[in-house]
Amino acid sequence: MNLENYLLYFILPVLTLSTILVFIRFLKGPSIADRVISFDLLVIIGLGTIAVVSILADQPTFLDIAMIVALIGFLSTVAFSYYLEKRQRND
Amino acid sequence: MIDIIIMIFCTLGALAVLLAAIGVLRMPDVYLRLSVTTKAATLGIGLILVGAAFHFSEVGVTSRIIAIIFFITVTAPVSAYLIVRASYFIKAKLWEHSIVDELNGMYDKKTHSLSSTDLPDEVASHRTDDEEEIEEIK
Repeated sequence: MNLENYLLYFILPVLTLSTILVFIRFLKGPSIADRVISFDLLVIIGLGTIAVVSILADQPTFLDIAMIVALIGFLSTVAFSYYLEKRQRND
Repeated sequence: MIDIIIMIFCTLGALAVLLAAIGVLRMPDVYLRLSVTTKAATLGIGLILVGAAFHFSEVGVTSRIIAIIFFITVTAPVSAYLIVRASYFIKAKLWEHSIVDELNGMYDKKTHSLSSTDLPDEVASHRTDDEEEIEEIK
């Protein structure tokens, strides 16, 4: 078994399965905090998928995109939590 | 040889991410879900990125990957703290089998600042007893 087949037929399906599981929680989530948490986890799993795809395609340039996605995910999480807290205070 | 190292790192990372996903789906409470997410997912992504660093094995790519891992490791606790603080203010429910909520009544409702001086009466009385014991020991 070479590396390419292993990544393609084991690692990527595992990441896909975890994306589906987190997305179920994203749809179900009772409160809005659950949705923010699962969105954060979706961004992080996407980052791992980008890393695996960059190994598969042999393109280190994709890791720059991973860095930007990590930055945007952190920023969106901070913005969501700030919004939640401010909304509660104004009521 | 290096393929086997990459396989080991990617497998451990993918399994950690899968455990984080199962934990997010199965845990009963916002706070428990967050505790699972932050640790396991950060570990998993770090391991997958280390596998990518072994695959490319160039100085530029490795330093970039170290920068990404450092960024994730620094920002994951910060974002987790912010979410859990906001979800405590919007009164997300604790799990029904939770034993104690130590922050109950400690946050000011208007300013959202944490107070440690205005303790409830029971805690304050315990504290004075402890201080008296300490003075007796001295």
